[in-house]
Amino acid sequence: MFAEYSTSDLLSIFAMQGVAGLILFSVFVLMALGLAIIFGQMGVINMAHGEFMILGAYVTYLTSNVFSTYFPGLFSFYFILAMILAFIAAGALGALVEWGIIRHLYNRPLDTLLATWGLSLILQQTYRSVFGAREVGVTLPDWLMGSVHLTETIELPINGLFVMLLALGISTAVGILMYRSRWGIQVRAVVQNRPMAGAVGINTAKVDRITFALGCGIAGVAGSAFTMIGSTGPTSGQLYIVDTFLVVVFGGATSLLGTIASAFSISQAQSTMEFFMSGSMAKVLTLLFVVLILMLRPQGLFTLKVRR
Amino acid sequence: MKTLFFSGAMSWGQGAKAKSLGCLFTMAAVFAFNFAQAAEVNTTGLAVTDKTVKVGILHSVTGTMAISETGSVQAEKLAIEQINAMGGVLGRKIEFIQEDGASDWPTFAEKSKKLLVNDKTAAVFGCWTSASRKAVLPIFEQYNGMLYYPTFYEGLEQSKNVIYTGQEATQQIIAGIDWVTKTKGAKSFYLLGSDYIWPRTSNKIARKHIEKLGLKVVGEEYYPLGHTQFNSVINKIKLTKPDVIYAIVVGGSNVAFYKQLKAAGIDMTKEKPLVLTISVTEDEVLGIGGENMQGAYASMKYFQSLTNDNNKKFVAAFKARWGKDVVIGDVTQAAYLGPWLWKAAVEKAGSFDIDKVREASPGIELTTAPEGYVKVHPNHHLWSKTRIGHARPDGQYDVVFETKELIEPDPFPKGYQ
Repeated sequence: MFAEYSTSDLLSIFAMQGVAGLILFSVFVLMALGLAIIFGQMGVINMAHGEFMILGAYVTYLTSNVFSTYFPGLFSFYFILAMILAFIAAGALGALVEWGIIRHLYNRPLDTLLATWGLSLILQQTYRSVFGAREVGVTLPDWLMGSVHLTETIELPINGLFVMLLALGISTAVGILMYRSRWGIQVRAVVQNRPMAGAVGINTAKVDRITFALGCGIAGVAGSAFTMIGSTGPTSGQLYIVDTFLVVVFGGATSLLGTIASAFSISQAQSTMEFFMSGSMAKVLTLLFVVLILMLRPQGLFTLKVRR
Repeated sequence: MKTLFFSGAMSWGQGAKAKSLGCLFTMAAVFAFNFAQAAEVNTTGLAVTDKTVKVGILHSVTGTMAISETGSVQAEKLAIEQINAMGGVLGRKIEFIQEDGASDWPTFAEKSKKLLVNDKTAAVFGCWTSASRKAVLPIFEQYNGMLYYPTFYEGLEQSKNVIYTGQEATQQIIAGIDWVTKTKGAKSFYLLGSDYIWPRTSNKIARKHIEKLGLKVVGEEYYPLGHTQFNSVINKIKLTKPDVIYAIVVGGSNVAFYKQLKAAGIDMTKEKPLVLTISVTEDEVLGIGGENMQGAYASMKYFQSLTNDNNKKFVAAFKARWGKDVVIGDVTQAAYLGPWLWKAAVEKAGSFDIDKVREASPGIELTTAPEGYVKVHPNHHLWSKTRIGHARPDGQYDVVFETKELIEPDPFPKGYQ
């Protein structure tokens, strides 16, 4: 497998694939963070996660259209505003969904699976009715295209860098919110023991709503960022959902750090293997490897220590 | 005859029950009357009356494939409307029954059975993916229906119940590879595709042809449908430095592939490497974005920018019917041919009977086809030219080459399997 490459080739291959793996890692982190908050912290299996991401992508599409029509001079900067709008739109829809559906289903995780799956179908058809069945093309500002030339073989795509920075920024922000803020303490209290948290005066309904909305909002931002690397269509969300659950479950659903560690190991494993074998085989091996580890450690890589 | 019978029925009819009985008789009489007229052109009980003939349209308008199949539905409806405006087929207006395959192959099978058995349609225009065609094929053969299938596909199939209006693989592939080796001096190729039957079979043909020419394939790679991360394969391409990336990526993956190719610093306008695809029509460019596709070459039989008079009329009519912003890809044009080819065959046969239409089909010519002249081969595929398009930033292609002659369809190519 390595024989056909020289040592210097191999070095540059590993460097190139390392960069590719880092970009994949950031993509996984962005996809999975929102779900990790909702699934891990609240125990809600949100099958509509992909559709919340695509809502963000469509918001970006609309923003880019508005800017190119009315403010062509400011077009280079629309992307930042689009991400904020995507966060607000997906978060607002998330709050609405929590109020309308999810809050009636706490402690019934399997029912949330069914309800959110139905929701994902409804959202897909809504997108199809509003935006048409075809994929839409999101025009990107020029500064997001192109790449930084490092060596002969290694080029850093700027949108890849952007996704990395975004993933870093959002994970840090979520980390601070969860572990350093008053709200984070309340969330963790509700996760560990809902009746007791209520008994000590935490408004669990409010905490739930904000948590769900935050998770959806992050999905929206991720969707917005993914217009740079993927397609925007009514069913594009489905492309991400399997990988997202894989990352979250593998990492240990209740641990945000676990999500990041799992995103890192899966992405690096996959991108290294992709180089030396076919893409489909790399995927098969990655899945096998995840299944094996989950058989040995059903709770995932990292677990929260809770007295049961 | 109608009025006579009606008044007769009324004269002995007393009360509501008797009246409705009279109505029933009347309907039966009308039906028998029509049948007498329609019988000559319809001996097998198809849904043909004196005034109308029913056909089916069977595509996905929901689910993942809706993205691709919408254009075909629009083209088929436009063709049917135009034929009706000209007086229909054998003096009968075409009425269509549209069913949704919902991107699900068993649903396609079920709906095709409905169209043939319950609706008794005289022809069905539909299917897009090979998987959906394979699912309906036994049903069309069992109930003797006629399917007009619009998509370019992998070949290796020939059914007496299907007319293939798109190109089979050798028509699309060989001319493209010959062109890129002759005019661009390409020596090495990297074959890339989504992981299912069409890209794999097509690349097999491409590889055989490349090796026949004495040139090199430096890599061949497949990714699962819906794959969104192509950085690894782009790295491999950079390392193997092929002259041509031969790409057969489909669906949402397409968008990811071209965006990431551009982001990784491969500028397709420099043609180092050159990108040649057989899977990206104008429809797909909408999702990819013209600026991400600029400089790539596509090898297929039709481009919206063709300048012949037929095509100018077709594009104008299509835009007038479906909006000025729509684009027309290769498959959409092939779908448009379906109803016209069927009309010509029915008129040549003087009958709607499936067996007679089938006998009449080989040799049917269409001089009004937007792609130019086409002719039905005895193997039920079309003779057609292959063209090379060069992608412009506005999402259209400039046609830079077309084969001089029509290429003979050869669904079972010898030496390519």
